[in-house]
Amino acid sequence: MRNVAIVGIGQTPVGELWEKSIRHLGHDAVVAAMHDAGIETADALYVGNMLSGELAGQEHLATLIADFVGLRGIEAAKVEAACASGAAALRVGVMAVASGQADVVIVAGVEKMTDTPIDETTAGLALAADQEYEVAEGATFVALNAMLMQRYMHEYGVSHRDFAPFPINAHANARNNPFAMFRSPITLDKYEKATVIAPPINILDSSPVCDGAAAVVLVPLERAREFGRHKRIVRVAASVTATDTIAIHDRRDPLFLEAAYLSSQRAYAQAGLGPEDIDLFELHDAFSIMSVLSLEACGFAPRGRGIELGQSGAITLGGKIPITTMGGLKARGHPVGATGIYQVVEAVQQLRGEAGANQLPHAHVAMTQNIGGSGATIITHILVGEE
Amino acid sequence: MHIARNWRVKHQRYSLTGEICHHCGAKVFPPRDVCPECTQPAYEPVRLSGLGEVYSFTTVYEAPTGFEAQAPYHLALIKLVEGPMLTAQLTDVDPNEVRIGMPVEMVTRKLSQEGDEGLIQYGYKFRPRIQAKAA
Repeated sequence: MRNVAIVGIGQTPVGELWEKSIRHLGHDAVVAAMHDAGIETADALYVGNMLSGELAGQEHLATLIADFVGLRGIEAAKVEAACASGAAALRVGVMAVASGQADVVIVAGVEKMTDTPIDETTAGLALAADQEYEVAEGATFVALNAMLMQRYMHEYGVSHRDFAPFPINAHANARNNPFAMFRSPITLDKYEKATVIAPPINILDSSPVCDGAAAVVLVPLERAREFGRHKRIVRVAASVTATDTIAIHDRRDPLFLEAAYLSSQRAYAQAGLGPEDIDLFELHDAFSIMSVLSLEACGFAPRGRGIELGQSGAITLGGKIPITTMGGLKARGHPVGATGIYQVVEAVQQLRGEAGANQLPHAHVAMTQNIGGSGATIITHILVGEE
Repeated sequence: MHIARNWRVKHQRYSLTGEICHHCGAKVFPPRDVCPECTQPAYEPVRLSGLGEVYSFTTVYEAPTGFEAQAPYHLALIKLVEGPMLTAQLTDVDPNEVRIGMPVEMVTRKLSQEGDEGLIQYGYKFRPRIQAKAA
């Protein structure tokens, strides 16, 4: 197997992008990544997307985007794994380059969610849950996460207000990210007074419905110097997918994200690293509770104490384990199938030293984690910056 | 719409029929033909008691299509006395009474409706346990 490097990144702004169709979003991100890598062609394009058929009425998405960026003729395929579609596509791209099947691979994540009325988008997102035994009973995605948060508060005796540092940190970091959807800071007071959607979850616990696209270019590590003009090369040190039951009620312990545990443990083993080596963690903060459960399952805190990493400031840019350094799903935005690639693009910015005002002084090892459903597909990547 | 899809799960929806594993004795719901405890085949149907308690809950204010008429409604994870957990709505309940650990029992209610002329789906919901008081 060959080592794989990321030599190009591109992203579109995240938001309600009514002037852009799904093909144009994909086009903009792919062209930006190709420009960043200094390439004019590629062997393959893999596109992570969850809802193009449901919300944009367009399947066969990767071939469409390949055509619209002038790459007609290359291999192209869409990869779907609910909200983890972006990282799932990256995993396919990594396997293609590592195995020697392809040398230059573009991986994009694309999602268009704001053309449709909100109840259609909500119903689309619920397709990631168990249709016969969760959705048929009236479950929504917010409701499933709300039940996890409620149980967490009950089991560990914490209050809703204890979760505030997570969205506050995300919004603070998005302020300096020109691609982020919400660039305004929020306060504890604003968090406590926010509209409740499904108690205890309120609007500021939740990532927004939005549009966006991001892309990366992968090549074999030994050829990385031929591409782009970046001082630091970013190596993919680990790429791991793990799964759990789709329905929360089928899990032995709903408050333990077993797929996050499995994928992070296998990723640590692949990279020869541990949680103590991770300089930043782009985690999947679709809801505040997910950040806490992810930090616990990945070994950054014992069970029931992940929430303390918020209160102590450990998750901030100056803390021990900075998360959502460019705004995360909460404030950069969560265009579902694109999110996994946004996370990687932002991690590469940090590792290259291109994160602007949010640049961490010692960013050598970054971890990204993309979650599909309420914890059913969890994909972890570890990226290492090399001189 | 979706008639066959709903017809296939009628025993689960109307009579809470799961499966029993003859290898380890676990009761399984929803039925999946493979025991989640010991991974051995589990095919024999078994009707569950419908008794359980609330593991967690929330209130759905923004209901998905087909559920609008009922909103707001309580959604809960119910831990059945036989072991399995399931997702279901709470019904016939005072909103201030709902709590984790509350004993509940299954009842059959209307779940959702596909417009004025579409299919009406029925299935299990759970209400505060009445049987226990009578006993």
